[in-house]
Amino acid sequence: MDQITPKPIKNFKVIGTRPLRPDGIEKVTGKAIYGADLSAPNMLYGLLLRINEPHALIENIDISFAEKLPGVKSIVTFKDFIKINPNNKYNETLENCIANEKILYDGHAVAAVAAINLKVAKKAIKLIDVKFKKLPFVINIEDAMKKDAPIVAQGKKNENIPDGFSENVVQYCSFGHGNLEEGFSESEKIIKRTFKTPSVHQGYIEPHACLASMSNEGKADLWCCTQGHYNVRSICSNIFKIDNSQLKVTASEIGGGFGGKTTVFIEPIALALSLKSGCPVKIVMSREEVFKATGPTVSSLVDVKIGMKKTGKITAAEAIIRYEGGAFPNETYELGAQSAFAAYDLKSVKTEAYNVLTNRPAQAAYRAPGAPQAIYAVESIIDELCQYFNQDPLYVRILNAAHKGTKSSYGPTFDDIGLKATLEAAKNHPHYNTPLKENQGRGVSCGFWFNFGGNTCVSLNINFDGTVGVVEGNPDIGGSRSSISQMAAEELGISLDKVKTIIADTNSLGHNDVTDGSRVTFSVGLATIKAAKAAKNELCKRAAKLWGIDEDAVIWKDGYAYPAGANAGNQEPLSLEDIAKVSSQTGGPIAGHYEVNAENAGVSFGVHLVDVETDNETGHTKILRYTAFQDAGKAIHPSYVEGQMQGGSVQGIGWALNEEYIYNNEGKLQNPGFLDYRIPVASDLPMIDPVILEIPNPGHPYGVRGVGETSIVPPLAAINNAVSRATKIRFSELPLSPPKVLNAILSKQK
Amino acid sequence: MIFAKPSSEKEAISLLNETSGMTRILSGGTDVLVQMKSGAIEPELIVDIKNIPGIKHIKAVSGGYEIGAAVSGSEFNNYPGLKDFTPGIAEAFDLIGSSQIQGRCTLAGNLCNASPAADTIPALSVSSCFAKIVGPNGFREDLVKNIPTAPGKNSLKKGEFIKSIIIPNRPDYSSDSYIRFTPRSEMDIAVVSAACFITLDKNQLIKDLKISLGAVASTVVHVDGLCDLVMDSKITDELLSKIAMICSSSCKPIDDKRGTIEFRSHVAGVLAKRAMILAHKRAGDKIEKIAR
Repeated sequence: MDQITPKPIKNFKVIGTRPLRPDGIEKVTGKAIYGADLSAPNMLYGLLLRINEPHALIENIDISFAEKLPGVKSIVTFKDFIKINPNNKYNETLENCIANEKILYDGHAVAAVAAINLKVAKKAIKLIDVKFKKLPFVINIEDAMKKDAPIVAQGKKNENIPDGFSENVVQYCSFGHGNLEEGFSESEKIIKRTFKTPSVHQGYIEPHACLASMSNEGKADLWCCTQGHYNVRSICSNIFKIDNSQLKVTASEIGGGFGGKTTVFIEPIALALSLKSGCPVKIVMSREEVFKATGPTVSSLVDVKIGMKKTGKITAAEAIIRYEGGAFPNETYELGAQSAFAAYDLKSVKTEAYNVLTNRPAQAAYRAPGAPQAIYAVESIIDELCQYFNQDPLYVRILNAAHKGTKSSYGPTFDDIGLKATLEAAKNHPHYNTPLKENQGRGVSCGFWFNFGGNTCVSLNINFDGTVGVVEGNPDIGGSRSSISQMAAEELGISLDKVKTIIADTNSLGHNDVTDGSRVTFSVGLATIKAAKAAKNELCKRAAKLWGIDEDAVIWKDGYAYPAGANAGNQEPLSLEDIAKVSSQTGGPIAGHYEVNAENAGVSFGVHLVDVETDNETGHTKILRYTAFQDAGKAIHPSYVEGQMQGGSVQGIGWALNEEYIYNNEGKLQNPGFLDYRIPVASDLPMIDPVILEIPNPGHPYGVRGVGETSIVPPLAAINNAVSRATKIRFSELPLSPPKVLNAILSKQK
Repeated sequence: MIFAKPSSEKEAISLLNETSGMTRILSGGTDVLVQMKSGAIEPELIVDIKNIPGIKHIKAVSGGYEIGAAVSGSEFNNYPGLKDFTPGIAEAFDLIGSSQIQGRCTLAGNLCNASPAADTIPALSVSSCFAKIVGPNGFREDLVKNIPTAPGKNSLKKGEFIKSIIIPNRPDYSSDSYIRFTPRSEMDIAVVSAACFITLDKNQLIKDLKISLGAVASTVVHVDGLCDLVMDSKITDELLSKIAMICSSSCKPIDDKRGTIEFRSHVAGVLAKRAMILAHKRAGDKIEKIAR
């Protein structure tokens, strides 16, 4: 695997190496504790009653028979939550967990039971009598936007919505600059198309699970699998009207999240069942529940219009984006509008975006939320224009690429970014120049993600034996414990095996934002380095004390305190361990802390190349070769960076080829399981070849950029472009499933 | 629910016959356990047949093979000579599930579960396989193709179960094949499938041809009248196109989440053609091998 390093910034010792993952053995031997693995004395089992109707008015929920069943300890409905806190600010989040007045999607829960075992709970669920009136429903964007569409929810519409739409169109935004009309008139070819992508699920292997214990005195403990236990605390303490300090949330090991575990689905229910029964309550979702009632990503309907000169220069670009993310408002449409043209330096550009309510479960974040759908449309049109002018698709992208100083389509002006270098690496890679055979096609696409920083706290404790414990507050979904330990070891100048990083509960550190936005290696890494610097200052002070010299006459270098300056003397340098061992006599234990709301995360770009072969008789597409190029700023643990690039690519490939939420004409989900919701299996894919570039991010001491999300963005268009070139038919709707592709091939033959 | 693991046929039959509610046979459990977990079935009685003598045996019988009802996919595919004897059944059996499932799944189970998309039913059918059935009224035999009657339904009567499946002897220059279409390379379910059995003479002239199609109707479609069409001819592009057309038009598929009517009908023809080419090649190779 190639490693291209344009300008190394530092000679690292630990950074850039590939140590074994610290959590690996526990995970592969089944010892790691996941969400469903926890138990408590007198624990009850919680189960939700879900209604398989897309839209209905709840008339009555009779729990009296179920309550009388021996072994049933508590039953809750939305009414119980109203009693606790009628004005909680997470009402929409709660209403997605358990229906209030209306059932809003197929699989929406209306009640929950806690019982002594699952068998009793299952029986009790069947004894709850729900009376409801079916309502007209709406599943797809086009239908939901029409003036006479069934209304999913009243009163959600923002003031800035243009006329002519139904009340389901609730949010709108626009970005851009320049004169579009002028730009298009300068072009020599304009292509405009409408693109569609389906709703897809993150497909994490571990279903949501939690164990809750809450008392009447407003004290609660919650263990759950989540990407952000501080966020779980914020939501739940508000719903239950208790102080943050009284709800302790502990994150379990996590079997994947990809954005889908950044909110709550069962945690408030388990707390309510526990509060009402007085016993701890565990809830574990089934896979069917995960598909039906957690948060898939938005589906999309996007118009893109781009004008180009025959030289390949883009003169103007415009996108109208429509996202549907279920029955509740969300912000993903805005991220789509901002990311659509981020890869290009454009004089005239405009994006508009709408969010539309439908009778589907509320969307949740999914790896670079909102970017893949918009960029899919843009990168497909650019490829079509390249074909029209017979221009090299990478040359055209290099010609138009955003660079340092580019005013981005969404406003900010870019600092150092690695896009051009990434495109050039792709152009010079042997993959790009390998000949293709009949029925084969090569696709290219750029990808982009903003990356976030955010609220972060780290404590770094120096133990008496000279080892170091790093305490952070972000669940490790992509190997962050390893990279955090590496950064601590690097900064302190000690070996990696002396450092262990753990994830603390919500009472052990200040607030940490969710593990999302590819923020952890960047932000927690930054805080860890600063905490290590603070600890080094203290270590120098202690050395000064031991030597009886001035504090500022001691410097820290490669793990040792050295006397420095003219009058410091010639003392033997002291190691971290030497100082730690006697720290009890020099002022007590030594630690470093850092708390920050991190900024300057640095945007991330990637470029993917894919070769496919399409079977003209069945419409089946085989991925022959796949290479992903991405700027990591600095790869702390290159294997993890490669893993992120490969993982995102595979999820994007699944999205492009087979994955989709399929609803029937009764508004019911047809494929809530891994048999008919087809994520790729290993044998479907060639080795995804990752090429890491390192263009340092000026906002991080070691140059780190987040790498977790960008890689899911390019596969959609890259594969669409490859299949379009292989079949000589332009596709504009995902997934490129065999029936769809075959239908297009046969229609063309007629 | 009662779970029983009898050690004789007789005991199993009487247990099954005397229970009034839903009963299920368990050998691998790869369908039964999944259906129970999802809540689709709640049997009164489960009879595990694996303690019945002989039920896990593979035996060579009169030029063919007898496969016990509890023989797993991996046992079948690792049995010396079986894959060479019937590559079609072997590849169909091997396509079911993961390696873990391969250690459990059985031909009799696949047959009795009667899914229209079952992989081994078309393959067993074209090779004229039959089942040995025991029950309260004694022993009987029936062709595999007569056993599934509708999705999830079979022709076995109260108290009956399949003891073994017979893969009969076949002429010298014959072979078989099975191809299925799935969007994924494995861990998937057939959207369309085709099995072919072909017999040639020494001069590569076709003497027998059977094609069965899976997942294109409520039960496996056994395409009629192919023998007359191909008798004494050689395989040609023209013949293959004709066969593909006949197969496509024999389908009665549905539109569902896995495929459309048009897709299934078209691909059934494509797979029939490809399965025939493969089986023909295998049979042809035997002519060369025997001549040597």
